[in-house]
Amino acid sequence: MTEHVAVAEQPLVAPSASNGLIGVFSRRYLLRLLVRREISARYQGSFLGLLWSYINPLSQFFIYWFVMGKIIGMGDRAENYAIHVFAGLIIVHFFVETFNAGTRSIVRNKALVKKMAMPREMFPVASMLVSLFHVGPQLVILLIACLVTGWSPDPVGLAAALLALGIVMFLGTSLALLFSTANVFFRDFSSAVSILTNFVRFGVPMIYPYTLVADRFAGHTELYLANPIADAVLLMQRAFWTGTTNDPAATALVHLPDHLLTRGAIALGASVVMLVIAQIVFSRLENKIPERL
Amino acid sequence: MGYPSDTSIVVEDVTKTFTLRYHRTFKQVSVALLKGRDLSDTFNALDHVSFTVKQGESIGLMGLNGSGKSTLLKLVNGIMKPDSGTVLTRGRIAGLIATGAGFHPQLTGRENVYLNAAVLGMSERETARKFDDIIEFAEIGRHLDAPVGNYSSGQFARLGFAVAVHVDSDIFLADEVLAVGDRPFKKKCMEKMQEIRDSGRTLFYVSHAAASVRKMCDRVIVLENGKVGFDGAVNAGIKYLKYEDENPDNDPDDMGDLDEELGADI
Repeated sequence: MTEHVAVAEQPLVAPSASNGLIGVFSRRYLLRLLVRREISARYQGSFLGLLWSYINPLSQFFIYWFVMGKIIGMGDRAENYAIHVFAGLIIVHFFVETFNAGTRSIVRNKALVKKMAMPREMFPVASMLVSLFHVGPQLVILLIACLVTGWSPDPVGLAAALLALGIVMFLGTSLALLFSTANVFFRDFSSAVSILTNFVRFGVPMIYPYTLVADRFAGHTELYLANPIADAVLLMQRAFWTGTTNDPAATALVHLPDHLLTRGAIALGASVVMLVIAQIVFSRLENKIPERL
Repeated sequence: MGYPSDTSIVVEDVTKTFTLRYHRTFKQVSVALLKGRDLSDTFNALDHVSFTVKQGESIGLMGLNGSGKSTLLKLVNGIMKPDSGTVLTRGRIAGLIATGAGFHPQLTGRENVYLNAAVLGMSERETARKFDDIIEFAEIGRHLDAPVGNYSSGQFARLGFAVAVHVDSDIFLADEVLAVGDRPFKKKCMEKMQEIRDSGRTLFYVSHAAASVRKMCDRVIVLENGKVGFDGAVNAGIKYLKYEDENPDNDPDDMGDLDEELGADI
């Protein structure tokens, strides 16, 4: 009983007190174990295993690059179109993975949820971290491609990339929290989320340049830019794509909206607010989770 | 809050309500609405339950199936929150809920031991230090690296029990742990639980076996349809429950003797 505090010194507390997301990060060891198991379990029983998390975005990339870039001719509208697509795809895929896997996370872990007392926010958060883990190698591929085309890192670009990742981390976690509980009550939500994520891919300037939106919907771009994922994609393009073009400053001026970093900061702030709301809703519904699983 | 410092568990005026059927399809809901039928049907799994437990007491929780024992244990464990009333506990809680641990069927026994121990609040070092003891106790041999989904129900329960008893807890919950174990393992479990009891930890033991409750516990709480039917001395509690069993409309088999035998087994 060496590591143990004497009983009398401990207070009488509600056994279910979990402190939500704060409780999750105060138990980092447990979180690490859950993330590790999630990584090994996501493609359980498949021969290629973890490789699937790279095959999936890469196959999407080739479809977009070939169909949109070569056949439809988007490639002529943006210099280094492949990098334009891939920079966006990384962040979109991060979001979609977090949203999809996070929505299913509590139902998938019901064996644990029903029998062990732990902060249930663990599962959506772990899903987000697993998706973040998969971003790493994709970023390396992107960096290599950028360096080959003559890109050099700049501090504003770094800030933009961090903002983009931050937006998706917070927004993805808040949506994962909300929809993982919703999915406990009605399993319809996981199907609905798959459909929703389809829209995300086309609602961001990934397979088409932002200029196209600015031209066609002049005066209404604010609505388009209110989508935080669109901002995150533009930030990624500021971080990686513009630097690979012949005249980065001119490309940024033409192809990116004004005040991009400010927009990014606002989107990040909004995502944090979303997370707080998601946490409040989650705490209210959490009570009913074990009996409904 | 005015509870003495040796109070281990407080359950005060706790009510937990369940809905009988949750998942309804769109079609069922619209038909029910058209015909003006009630959509939900609820019942109280626990109905204004109150009691306090002192540190080091060992409680035998008894009652018929469906009387709310597992729900009560889940509330004390913190898996569920009461709909009204308060549940308070002091110190770390470990134990088994509803015959078995929260194991992940796809993970191996080894991974599950680490995960389960982490959920129960053990650090990596602490788990590593106790790992050999846990495995030795569980006696699952080379199945350790197989997914627990392939375990027999006995192996599953053994591993769960082994992890739970090796946590330095202040409160130990045991829900029908002995239901699936074989005879030697039951004996081992009983010895281990006596050890836990003698070390001054609070023991909360759910069982239908009168003899083992008599051996293990110094107080019995009987639940009846979610209410506390009896709370007091062990023998009186068992007697109280037996009285229930001897109702003429109940099973003609003498359940009492069967219980005694199961207990005497150990």
